[in-house]
Amino acid sequence: MASLTTSIDRRRRVVNSVMTSLTAICAVFVSVLLLLIIGYIAVQGFSSLSFQFLTDTPKPVGEGGGIGNAIVGSAIMTLLAALIGLPVGIAAGVYLSEYGKNWFGNTVRFIADTLIGIPSIIIGIFIYTLVVLPMGRQSALAGGLALAIIMIPIVARTTEEMIRLVPNSMREGALALGAPQWRVSLNIVLPAAASGIATGAMLSIARVTGETAPLLFTALNSRFYNFYLDQPMSSLTVQIFNYATGPFEVEHAMAWAATLILVATILVINIFVRTVTRKKF
Amino acid sequence: MSDGRASSITQMQSKISISNLDFFYGKAQALFDINLEIPEREIIAFIGPSGCGKSTFLRTLNRMNDTIPIARVDGNVTIDGENIYAPGTDVVALRRKVGMVFQKSNPFPKSIFENVAYGIRINGIHQNKADMQERVEKALRDAALWAEVKDRLNTSAFGLSGGQQQRLCIARALAVQPEVILMDEPASALDPIATQKIEELVVELKKEYTIVIVTHNMQQASRVSDKTAFFMLGKLVEYNATQKMFQNPDEKLTEDYITGRFG
Repeated sequence: MASLTTSIDRRRRVVNSVMTSLTAICAVFVSVLLLLIIGYIAVQGFSSLSFQFLTDTPKPVGEGGGIGNAIVGSAIMTLLAALIGLPVGIAAGVYLSEYGKNWFGNTVRFIADTLIGIPSIIIGIFIYTLVVLPMGRQSALAGGLALAIIMIPIVARTTEEMIRLVPNSMREGALALGAPQWRVSLNIVLPAAASGIATGAMLSIARVTGETAPLLFTALNSRFYNFYLDQPMSSLTVQIFNYATGPFEVEHAMAWAATLILVATILVINIFVRTVTRKKF
Repeated sequence: MSDGRASSITQMQSKISISNLDFFYGKAQALFDINLEIPEREIIAFIGPSGCGKSTFLRTLNRMNDTIPIARVDGNVTIDGENIYAPGTDVVALRRKVGMVFQKSNPFPKSIFENVAYGIRINGIHQNKADMQERVEKALRDAALWAEVKDRLNTSAFGLSGGQQQRLCIARALAVQPEVILMDEPASALDPIATQKIEELVVELKKEYTIVIVTHNMQQASRVSDKTAFFMLGKLVEYNATQKMFQNPDEKLTEDYITGRFG
């Protein structure tokens, strides 16, 4: 039976195991990187965490202070972005998948893909010119708009992909019952793709929660709790930027703690999405 | 889609009358000059090798091919004397009249009840909630599924077995009170027992509906149908009473196919 194992076979097996090991090492490297980042942030940030830190507004160095207004600001602007970005993005995605098999659809798809790749700071400058300058000041509204623009192409493309996954036989089934096209899209296709669309929506929310650059120009920052959309508003990311670039050690510690809160929020959103959308049908 | 062409003489007893029907996918012709009369309340079986055009032909009868952008139809299809390819034809009304059951069961991601209720609801057939309940129950009874699902109407349709799902799709089609039911190999993915149930159901449905059924199963065609049409390479080779077709067909080609000498 020695003839079964030729030198070519041996070579193939060696190459096979080397390649498998290489890919495994890279996979481990990726996970370790994420764990290291999260671990390091946790270690650095945990010591400065307190209830007061989570509810206070920023104060002069040495008097404590916190990120309460920044948390609220981030929540408000993300919510605003979701209110604008999700309906537009989802509707565009439905159009692309159900009616977009033509030159117009292809153009929109290409533009959306390009928009996804545009650095977010450019979107910040765009809104700065379009909204901040005419209004005469930075505002939560401008911040929310900038985040919405980042969300729309992401949501549109994921929605399209998710709807593509709905089997055509389901559409035909509804059409054969005498359902008009719009009803088929609305009450058969959309619900069938709902969990996938929700995943895309939540991931896009997680994405914009972590955006800093577009908010620097648009929402700026605020040292106070602010609930007016036409006023500058604080956000976690910009607050982290301010604390981290400050000259004092205390500020750096607070930046770490705020980072921990931000990363934890994004992690929680991701975990939430994964558990909730575990398939039902 | 010519309606100007003089339509052939339609026999009065025909439910569906097809004349000079050509069908194209882009430049490729899939059906060649089909002429066929389908009588009311009979079961017509379409047989033929894969790709012969029988499914395409079936889908011209409720204009399901409209969903394919490159599809083009030439010729006449009249149902109850009305040309369904005439301009201004209401496709939605047509599909309500001509229901369809597909090869692979395709329930909606909804409850069993809602699957049947959907067609009733979108067509506004029901008067009130109680009427809806009644209609759903009747459709499920007619599809011989009621006994198996009556205690789980609000559970997901995906929890049903393959055979039950197919009968649910039949119930869904019946619920909108069609006059014609098109079936595209409705039992091809089912085991013999589920197939038998579907076949019994089809024969039972003949009392009220005109049924056109595409099948790859010769025995099935001979068991359930009154008339059989044999297609090959996009052409209608022979159309005859099923008994004659299976015992003494006119065409040599038909005999060869039925006896398994090719295909």
